[in-house]
Amino acid sequence: MEENYIKHRHEPIIPRQDEWPVVKLARERKDFVKKVAEMAEKRVLSLTGDNPEILKEELETTLYREKLRIKQNPWAVDPDDEAQFWNEVKQALLQINTDSHLRKAGKAKAYREVLQKITNRYSAEIASNFKASHYKFTRRVVTFGFSRLLNAARVKGFKSIFSNQYTLQDKIQITGHTDQIRDLATKGTIVMVPTHFSNLDSILIGWIISVLGMPPFIYGAGLNLFNISIFAYFMNALGAYKVDRRKKNLLYLETLKSYSKEAIQFGCHSLFFPGGTRSRSGMIESKLKLGLLSTAIEAQRANFENGINDVSGKIFIVPVTINYHFVLEAPGLIRDYLSMTGQERYYKENDEFSTSYKISKFLVKFFTKGSDISVSIGQAMDVLGNYVDQDGNSLDKRGRIIHTRDYFVSEGKVTVDPQREEEYTHMLGKRIVEEFHRINRVFSSHLVAFVAFEMLKARNSKLDLFDLIRLPEEEISIPYEEFKAACQLVMDKILELKSQNLIDVAPHLNRSMDEIIHHGLDNVGMYHAKRPLIRSTKGDILTEDMSLLYFYHNRLHGYGLEKLF
Amino acid sequence: MASKNSSKQKLIGVVGAGSFGVAIANMLAEKNEVMLYARKEEVIEEINQEHSASGRPLHESIRGTFSAEELCQSCEVLFFMIPSSAFLEVVRKFAPYLYPYHLIIHGTKGLAINLPEGKTLESVQSLKRSQILTMSEVILQETVAVRVGCLAGPNISKELSLGQPAATVVASRYNEVILEGQKLLRSERFQVYGNSDIIGVELSGVLKNIIAIAAGALAGLGLGENAKGLLISRGMVEMVHLSKALGGSVQSVIGLAGVGDLVTTCNSVDSRNFTVGYRLAKGETLDQILETMEEVAEGVNTIRVINAFLKTAGIRAPITENLHRVLFEDLSIEESLQFLMKYPFSVDVDFV
Repeated sequence: MEENYIKHRHEPIIPRQDEWPVVKLARERKDFVKKVAEMAEKRVLSLTGDNPEILKEELETTLYREKLRIKQNPWAVDPDDEAQFWNEVKQALLQINTDSHLRKAGKAKAYREVLQKITNRYSAEIASNFKASHYKFTRRVVTFGFSRLLNAARVKGFKSIFSNQYTLQDKIQITGHTDQIRDLATKGTIVMVPTHFSNLDSILIGWIISVLGMPPFIYGAGLNLFNISIFAYFMNALGAYKVDRRKKNLLYLETLKSYSKEAIQFGCHSLFFPGGTRSRSGMIESKLKLGLLSTAIEAQRANFENGINDVSGKIFIVPVTINYHFVLEAPGLIRDYLSMTGQERYYKENDEFSTSYKISKFLVKFFTKGSDISVSIGQAMDVLGNYVDQDGNSLDKRGRIIHTRDYFVSEGKVTVDPQREEEYTHMLGKRIVEEFHRINRVFSSHLVAFVAFEMLKARNSKLDLFDLIRLPEEEISIPYEEFKAACQLVMDKILELKSQNLIDVAPHLNRSMDEIIHHGLDNVGMYHAKRPLIRSTKGDILTEDMSLLYFYHNRLHGYGLEKLF
Repeated sequence: MASKNSSKQKLIGVVGAGSFGVAIANMLAEKNEVMLYARKEEVIEEINQEHSASGRPLHESIRGTFSAEELCQSCEVLFFMIPSSAFLEVVRKFAPYLYPYHLIIHGTKGLAINLPEGKTLESVQSLKRSQILTMSEVILQETVAVRVGCLAGPNISKELSLGQPAATVVASRYNEVILEGQKLLRSERFQVYGNSDIIGVELSGVLKNIIAIAAGALAGLGLGENAKGLLISRGMVEMVHLSKALGGSVQSVIGLAGVGDLVTTCNSVDSRNFTVGYRLAKGETLDQILETMEEVAEGVNTIRVINAFLKTAGIRAPITENLHRVLFEDLSIEESLQFLMKYPFSVDVDFV
């Protein structure tokens, strides 16, 4: 078996905690919050074209939506003075509107003051509360948790819960450009963009970052997670800042972007899931949320504007893919996806946990089986998607060194052109998707799920997706030999793609096809009460849950492998 | 504006000293200094000593160079005005000297194909969209430049050099490229429109060449103005469907770079594409025509590429398909016309 993945623990690249960028940021929290608020204010003013009438409208819209949110969708995490604050805003706006003495300039000033009040509040709310001592404790808890989840299989019995016989690195394979990311993290600022499939991802990535010896990254976490105080503790400890998805108003979004941009400029390594939420369909993200991505480009341009042209001001984008044999919440995710795309054509089947027998079966499996996880670190790119070398130089397609600054230059100087940067964000998004596909690692479970689903689809070519996932079970059976031949066909194509550097495969795919299939069937969605694929006593391939099969199959979507069927 | 004052300091690069290249260089030179690139040393000598290129008179603010490196180092804005057959070669030659700050506007109407090593259009039979490149896509693929735009529209070089009124479209995804193009080219006799759908604009310029061949054929057969009106309107419908299938918008086809250029080319007896159609109708074969033409008519290549694309696209393009049969499969032009007259078009316009 190929052993090209990282097994050793890396030395920390910055041993002294008080030199970590996140710690520095936490020390300067107050000033930083103020700076973000000011920046957000500036952005809103430029977006409203310095026109007091447009600003007034934005303020009123914000007020209206916030009042509605407080009434209709309050959360435990919301501060007590929420209603009071927005009432004050309302009063202030009323006063400006009715004050006949105020001239145009006076009104503009008054509106700006209200705007300032709001961005200050938002900025303070978003800012993270990182504490190094909490971080260390959290790290230990997380390491313990992962060991339980992944280690149990190999050491039998109850004692296994406290066994460390197999270290985590046996089960979590970290591959790819690990040395490069460590190197670059000491030189410039990293923005890591992983694929997102499971709730486990945030914690897993946090853990990987620390295993690689890098200081903690900051990342945006949904405010809803802070509702639960134990989660809030962990999130804060991991350097999370808060993202409130309920607030969709311009002022909030601009404050959020300012926060991200300023933190990157400050030198904090950041992480965001560019797909936004978890991939509902199980497919690799193909459309990315560009809002936060654009802040990386903005921060890069701002560094050049400030004359920081060396590597210390450089921002590196590092795509990461995470692969599992199972995603605990897959049934819920795919259900969401199908009801979103199919609407009334899709109705829920009976629940996953329908009988207590199934629940106990699940629990037994959960505590007795282990499973592999792989994390592939892609080659770092600059904010335009050009690969960078070990020293952080951007390289063009022919390996010639180019300067990222040149992308922002016209007539010899760095210029600000929002429309240009919008296009650049688009390009970067496309490059990240490309890299995701390239570094994605095929597991045996993905292969068998893909082949089984495509075979069933080909057999029922007249049915659309929603009819297909409701096929009666007796019609879903594939003779083993036929299945094996199809697996071989797909495998050959995957290896061909791999030779062109368009996909990667896990080491366990080097075995014989029978072994691969066996391994895949054993692992695909192993924790689900209803298994996406099983083998009948006669040896045929069956499924217990067509939509789950579809979910796991989707992992190989986007490579043109469907055409083989 | 003739005096060389400080406002004329900027140096603009033009690559290609053909008729269109010279016309654009002359227009640019009204406002700025221009450096003109040509491959042949004797042409450069002529440019620098006699202020003309292959006999075409040049503005005094133009000087010539045959060094791609010098051109790229001296100019931030480059106009690529080269025939499509040489496009890839020239772009590759320039690639090592181009940087991300360069702004490139090209004026080339053609398609390139992107096939695996050792494959040709004959051996692959059909083409996917990803295997067809517009000229801006060639630049993006071959160089590190990203701020790319194109020039398209009814721009007959002869008329431009005479200073007759005309207009063009500068298309780019980047506003700054459009604004720069407008700033550099706009004059009292030349209007410059902007369009953000660069693919649609490039495709319009490419696809109209197919219809131009058909227009030449109609003229060669002596079929009159009613027939030409029919051809132009059906040709436009075909262009819309093809452009949409290749990623362009309807708006661009019915704009200046589409319909505007189509009408001009279908009436232009000087056009190479028109001439190919005309001579076909007079009974010559494609080989005979090509033998006596200095430069290849772009429409011939476009027909081959689009015909191969049709096999994967699942759409019909009767004019293109028929011209392909006439050019490459020995269908006579009269038979082809018979076929088109019987073709079951159900509605006049079904895309707006």
